Amino acid sequence: MTPTRTLLIASLFCSVCLVALPGAQERPDRSKPPALGPAPSINLPPIQKRTLSNGLPVWVVEAHKVPLVQVNLVVQAGSGDDPAGKFGLASLTAAMLDEGAGSRSALEIADAVDYLGADLQTTSSPDASAVRLNVPAARLRDALPIMADVALRPTFPPQDLDRLRQERLTALLQARADPAQVIPFAFQRVVFGPTHRYGTGQAGTEATLKAFAPQDLQAFHAAMYQPSNATLLVVGDITADVALPLLEQQFGAWKAAAPVRRTPVPTAAQPTQGQITIVDVPMAAQSQIRIGWVGVPRSTPDYFTLQVLNTILGGSFTSRLNQNLREEHGYAYGASSRFDMRLSAGPFMAAAGVQTDKTAESLQEFFKELNGIHALVGPDELTKAKNYVALSFPSEFETIGDLAAHLEELVVYKLPDDYFERYVPNIQAVTAAAVQKAAATYIQPKKFAVVVVGDRKTIEPKIRALNLGPIQFLTVDQVVGS
Amino acid sequence: MRRPAIALALLLSVIPLRAQSPDQARAAAPARLEVPYRLFTLTNGLTVILHQDRTVPVVAVNVWYHVGSANERRGRTGFAHLFEHLMFEGSKDVKEGDFDTLLEGAGGNNNGSTSNDRTNYVIDVPSNALDLALFLESDRMAYLVDAMSPERVNGQRDVVKNERRQSYENRPYGMAEIELDSMLWPENHPYNWPTIGSMEDLTAASYQDVVDFFKKYYAPNNASLVVAGDIDLDKGAAAVHKWFDEVPRGGPVEPVAPPAAILTSVKKKTIKDRVQLPRLYLAWITPRAFAPGDAALDVAASVLAGGKNSRLYKRLVYDTQMAQTVSAGQQSGALGSSFLITVTARPGKSIADIQKVVDEELDRLRREPPSAREVERAVNGFEASFYRAMERVGGFGGKADQLNAYFAAGGGPDFFAEDLARYTSLSPDDAQAAVIGWLPADRRVELIVEPEAQR
Repeated sequence: MTPTRTLLIASLFCSVCLVALPGAQERPDRSKPPALGPAPSINLPPIQKRTLSNGLPVWVVEAHKVPLVQVNLVVQAGSGDDPAGKFGLASLTAAMLDEGAGSRSALEIADAVDYLGADLQTTSSPDASAVRLNVPAARLRDALPIMADVALRPTFPPQDLDRLRQERLTALLQARADPAQVIPFAFQRVVFGPTHRYGTGQAGTEATLKAFAPQDLQAFHAAMYQPSNATLLVVGDITADVALPLLEQQFGAWKAAAPVRRTPVPTAAQPTQGQITIVDVPMAAQSQIRIGWVGVPRSTPDYFTLQVLNTILGGSFTSRLNQNLREEHGYAYGASSRFDMRLSAGPFMAAAGVQTDKTAESLQEFFKELNGIHALVGPDELTKAKNYVALSFPSEFETIGDLAAHLEELVVYKLPDDYFERYVPNIQAVTAAAVQKAAATYIQPKKFAVVVVGDRKTIEPKIRALNLGPIQFLTVDQVVGS
Repeated sequence: MRRPAIALALLLSVIPLRAQSPDQARAAAPARLEVPYRLFTLTNGLTVILHQDRTVPVVAVNVWYHVGSANERRGRTGFAHLFEHLMFEGSKDVKEGDFDTLLEGAGGNNNGSTSNDRTNYVIDVPSNALDLALFLESDRMAYLVDAMSPERVNGQRDVVKNERRQSYENRPYGMAEIELDSMLWPENHPYNWPTIGSMEDLTAASYQDVVDFFKKYYAPNNASLVVAGDIDLDKGAAAVHKWFDEVPRGGPVEPVAPPAAILTSVKKKTIKDRVQLPRLYLAWITPRAFAPGDAALDVAASVLAGGKNSRLYKRLVYDTQMAQTVSAGQQSGALGSSFLITVTARPGKSIADIQKVVDEELDRLRREPPSAREVERAVNGFEASFYRAMERVGGFGGKADQLNAYFAAGGGPDFFAEDLARYTSLSPDDAQAAVIGWLPADRRVELIVEPEAQR
C-alpha cells in the first residue's frame, strides 16, 4: 500500500484534465489496444432483513435514483411442485392470481393497477412463483392492497379460469406452426421423457389444461402460498422504516395453515447412448437444433466452473459455437449453449437455428466443438471468459428490477448472504484444469440427444450419413400435444 | 439487429399502461426526469453528448449514424443492415474477431441495430475500459474500409440471410410485416421495402457497395456519439477528443426526400403462411415521430388495446373470446409513421366478424371521445414508463440511446420532460381527433394472413 503514489496519480490526472482542451490532443496510439485501468468494484447497498409479526421475512434494499419501488413476493413453489397428472398447476395458479382477488374482478384489478401506472406480474418458474409489483413510489400505498389481495386472496372465478384455459390451449396450437417453439418441447421430451416434470412444458398439456378445476388451483394456493414459504423483497426509493408498517398492514395478518411440504423433483436418468430425433416441418427455411442431456442442479459445487466453461463453449458472442457456426461458416444467425440449472438437474443444451441445406454440416460442427472442449483451454481464452463473466457482473445490478431478481435468486436457491461479494473472486479462481475436469464430466457428446425440427425430406439423408446414432421420428403433435 | 434476441419474453412484456397521478407525485416528478448533459461538436462534425450516472461502474458508448434502410435504393435493399454487421468485423487497427474478443475480455457487451432511419451501435463496458471502447468505435468510424475484403462481405451476407430466415421466413406471420410495408407505402417511398432486404438484393451486394456506402454515410458529420454512465465529464471529453479528432470529415449527406405517402382507398390482400390461426392487420399512414397527432395516437392505441380494460381487448379477448391476442400501436418514423391494429383469431372464429367489432369500436371513438379515466389510465402508464427508462444507461433504449434519439429527432438531447409533456397535456378530445383524422375507415390497408392447407 503506497498512499503517496495514489495521491500523486490523482494529481497527475487533475493536471491532465486542465490541459485537455479541444484541439490540444496528441495523436492516439492505435498500434495496440489501450491498457485497462484497475477494474472498478461495485458497492452493493446492504440487504436489510426484517420480519413481519407473522414471521414473513422482508428484505429491503434502498435505491433512490428513480422514484420507483419494486416489491416481489417470492413463494417457494413452482412447476417442479406440480403433482403427477397435474402438470401446469403451479403456472396456471400463478397466472390466475390477478384474474379475481378479494372483492375485485379481473377487470377491476387491471383498471386499478393500470391507473396507478403500476406493473403487476404474477408468474411461476420451475422452482418458485412470484407476484412482482413495480410502482411509482408515491403510489405504493395505493398499490400494495391490490398486490396483497392478488397474492393472498385470489378467487379463481370459473369463467376466468375457462378463458385462461382457452388462451393456453390456443397458444399450444399456435406453437405447432413455429419450429422455434416446437424445439424446446421436443428436446425436453426426448431428454426427460413424458413422466418426469422437466419433460413437459411448464404451462401443462392439452389434457391437464382441460381437466383443471378452480378447486385444484385453490388447493395448490392454500398449500403452498404461506408466510412460512414466502419472502417479501422491497427494492427502490423507500426506506425500511417506511416500508415495514405498510407491509405489516397488508401482509402481517397472513396466517400459516398446515406446514408446507415440497416433494423434490427426482434427478432424471441420464441417456446412455446417442440418439437422433427428427421432427418433420415440411418446407422449413431453417432447422432448429438442440443437442444435450441432463445437466446439473443449481446447487452444483461446480457452479462457477460451469459458468466459465459455458462462456467458452457457447455462452458469449466469441464462444466457440457462435464463432464456428456463425462467423466461420455462416450457417446460423447465432449458436449458443447453456446449463439450465434448477433445484433438480435441468438440461444442458447446445442450440442454433441453421439454414436447412446445411443441417448435417452444422451438426458436424456442433460435435467438433463439443468434443474440442475436452482439451485443456489455453490461458488467453480462459482469462477472456473469466473476465467477461466477472467484470460484467456489476452491470447486472443497475435497475431495481435487476436487484430484486438477484435477491430472488438468493431466496430460491438459499445462497449465502455474501454470495454476490464472493461472486467475482469465485469466478476468478476457476482454473483450466477445473474446466477440463468439468467438461469431461458434463459434456459427453457420445451420449447426447440430438433433436432437429426441420424439413425431413431435405435433411434426413445427410444426417443419416453422419452415423451419429439411431434416428427416431416424432411428430409435432407428439411433442407439443401431449 | 446484429445479435439474436434471446429474452423474447422480456420484449413482449412492454405493454404501455398509463393514468393521472396524484398531485403529490406529479409535483415531485419533473426534477427527476432531467438528464443533465454536455454537448459539443468536434471539428470533423461529430456531435458528442456526455452524461454522468454513477449508479453502477459502467459506461455506455452509443453511436447513431443517420443512415438507415430509407437511404437505400431498389436493387440494394437490406444494405444498411448488412453494413451494420460488417462494422463488427474489424478495422485498420483491429484484427478480425478482436472487436468482440477485446470487449468481452474487459467485461463488455456490444450490439447494433438498423431501422428505416438510423443505425445505432452500443458498447457497454466497465468504466475502466472506456478508452478501449472509444478506440474500437473510433477505429471503425475512421478506418473500417482499410480492413474490408470481399470475403468479409460474403461471410456476413450468409449470416444476414440466416437472420432473414430466422426472423421472417421461418417465423409465423413473419412475412406479413414485409407485406404490410409494401402495401402501405408507395413503391418509390423508402419505407416500402424491409430493413432486412430481399434475398436477391443481399446476394447482389458487392464489396464496392460497402466502400461507397462507408464513404457516403459513415462520416463523423453524419453521426452522433453519446458517452454516458460512470464518467468524469472533463476526462470523458478529453478521451473523446483523443480518439475521434483524427476521424476525417466526409461530404455532406443529403436528407432523404421521400415522395408523398397518402392512402386514397382501402387496399386489401390475403396471404397464406405456415400458421395455425388467421390474423387481421389494419394499417394506416400517420404523422411522423413527434409531429402533432403522434402522441395522441399512442394514447388512442392504449385506449384500444392497452390492458384488459382497453376496448378491443375487453370485447375481443375478454368478453366474446373471438380473439387470442389484440394489439394496437403507433410505429413512429422520421419520414412518416404507421398505425397498426393486429388481431389473431381464436380457432373457428371469423376474421370478418372480428373486423366488424374493430370497426364498431373505431366508430365509437369517432362519435364520442374516450372517458377521462381511460385517457388518464393511459397517460399514467406512459409516465411511469418514462421513470423506468431513467434506470438503465446502456443497451438499446437506455438513457444513452435515448439521448441520441432525441438529438436525432431535432429536440435537445434531454427532451425527456418535454416528451412526457406531450402525453400529460392530452385530453380525451385529442385522442378522439386523432382517430377521426388519422384512422379513417375508407383509406387503409387490410391484410389477412390465413393458414396454409393443413398437411
